[in-house]
Amino acid sequence: MDSKKAAELRKRAWEIRYTGLKMVKNARSGHIGGAFSLSEIMSVLYFDKMNVRTDDPQWEDRDRLVLSKGHATVALYPTLALRGFFPLEWLDTFRKADGQLSGHAEMRHVPGVDMSTGSLGQGLSAAVGMALAGKCRDKDHFTYAIVGDGEIQEGQIWEALMFAAARRLDNLIVILDNNKVQLDGTVREVLDTGDLKAKFQAFGFHTLEIDGHSVEEIAAAIDEARAYKGKPHAIIANTIKGKGVSFMEGRCQWHGKTPNDEQFALAFKELEEKCEV
Amino acid sequence: MGEKIATRHAYGEALAEVGAENHDIVVLDADVSTCTMSCMFGEKFPDRFFNVGIAEANMVGIAAGLATCGFSPFVNTFAMFMAGRTFDQIRNSIAYPGLNVKIVGTHAGLTVGEDGATHQCLEDMALMRSIPGMTVICPADGNETREAVRAIVRHNGPTYLRLGRMATETVTAIPGYKFEIGKSVEMRKGSDVTIIATGIMVAMALKAAAELEKEGISARVLNFHTIKPIDREAVIRAAKETGAIVTAEEHNILGGLGGAVSEVVTECLPVPVVKVGTRDTFGRSGNADDLLEIYGLTPETIAQSTRAAMKAKKV
Ligand SMILES: Cc1ncc(C[n+]2csc(CCOP(=O)(O)OP(=O)(O)O)c2C)c(N)n1
Repeated sequence: MDSKKAAELRKRAWEIRYTGLKMVKNARSGHIGGAFSLSEIMSVLYFDKMNVRTDDPQWEDRDRLVLSKGHATVALYPTLALRGFFPLEWLDTFRKADGQLSGHAEMRHVPGVDMSTGSLGQGLSAAVGMALAGKCRDKDHFTYAIVGDGEIQEGQIWEALMFAAARRLDNLIVILDNNKVQLDGTVREVLDTGDLKAKFQAFGFHTLEIDGHSVEEIAAAIDEARAYKGKPHAIIANTIKGKGVSFMEGRCQWHGKTPNDEQFALAFKELEEKCEV
Repeated sequence: MGEKIATRHAYGEALAEVGAENHDIVVLDADVSTCTMSCMFGEKFPDRFFNVGIAEANMVGIAAGLATCGFSPFVNTFAMFMAGRTFDQIRNSIAYPGLNVKIVGTHAGLTVGEDGATHQCLEDMALMRSIPGMTVICPADGNETREAVRAIVRHNGPTYLRLGRMATETVTAIPGYKFEIGKSVEMRKGSDVTIIATGIMVAMALKAAAELEKEGISARVLNFHTIKPIDREAVIRAAKETGAIVTAEEHNILGGLGGAVSEVVTECLPVPVVKVGTRDTFGRSGNADDLLEIYGLTPETIAQSTRAAMKAKKV
């Protein structure tokens, strides 16, 4: 990736965070922490790697993304709006009864969303179904699934991984948002998930580990995954929950809490500075 | 009475038939395909059959993903694990996005027999019926099952099909019989009271009505193969014209057919509704016929309940 493209994707990531925070401020609710850990990943996917058509969101040959950690709409919706799937003004209706942007990812009313999610552990299976459909129909589209590092405590995740490997779904790319924090505390405190790379490998996945805030590393990992045949792929993206707002980083308290006015002001200030660079 | 066949067997045959005509149909099973009979499809169309292993939740999710890509998936396992274990997956990954997945729960009810309470799902219709947009179908026999399979293939939307393990006699192979989702079938005319039955209880309701006729009671028998959407019109007509209703189902009397009928009756035209079914209890191991006897799912219980319903009728 050339440095100009990398700079553009980095800028997009900060724009996604900034727009997401505005959404939360307006809604007075929403999940910031696990959205901010995803911004660079979203930026690379939607502004570089994914083959989608904003004027035809249902195009059958498109790449698909299932946000299995469906609470991270604060990353997904701004990304889709900035990419042009729907007007930015829609973001003002986030989580409001008279709007169409529900709190968790929802495919019926939000153009660009490929699967409704929210009950953790389920989205990966749907992504597996999409990848399987691609194989059945001899299509060459890719399906991306973003799973949380807390979410993978759900047994269904491992059912899905087992199936994907057994069926050699090399058109499936699972991205683990490894931000080390879940709702009640750190993953290590709540239920230590151990050596994830070894686990994914043992489940038959082509496994890569990267810095999930480096757009270059994200892009390179996706390229590498797409080129590797015969196995499904897992990209362990090491990230920071709440990335970009110093007082939120790495703290489970900012999983789903709404900042007060003072905190909003501080957060916007930090993000504005970063949007500049 | 015609052939005796389990609804799951008729289902397996029908599925393999419709699979030949409709190439969007894909079938998933969770290691019980030789019991659900989805294996009959699998043998004919191995490329469109996926055994996901003992992983029901994942099966439902994969089906959702396949449906978003234009396939018409059928997912199969025992009713207990289908409606019970994957309720959340069915609700959130299939019904909420309105995906066209057919959810087939076999071995429903007491007639699972010897395997006992852990496998005798008596709550599935209540669970599935409570999900917005879900269609719930429970055929009376093999003939009706074949018709139901064709109908649900034509119907676009989440659907739960409830099937049984045991061979059941055929009662719907009658002149003029037509299967339409949401439309009950009048199996016997009657003016004093109405017996509304579903699944294997339809045959028993007919036997009860024949007994009652000897006592001079004219009992209408309606086959409610569709639990949702419930045939409101037929319920209201029964209430209006016969003044008393008995419901019969191989299911808990709470939340299933009896519940659905009562909801219509209390809203539109209150008349006595007496319910035959399991009475808020778990099943147990035993021979299927013995269990039906023990839990009061017999023509005799239906006849008794019918007499009770008539007594409770306002004059
Ligand atoms: C089945 C289920 N259980 C619980 C929840 C509530 N919940 C929402 S987010 C969350 C924590 C998720 O942690 P993680 O997957 O690490 O996501 P991230 O930290 O990246 O936001 C929980 C427990 C849920 N949405 N679904």
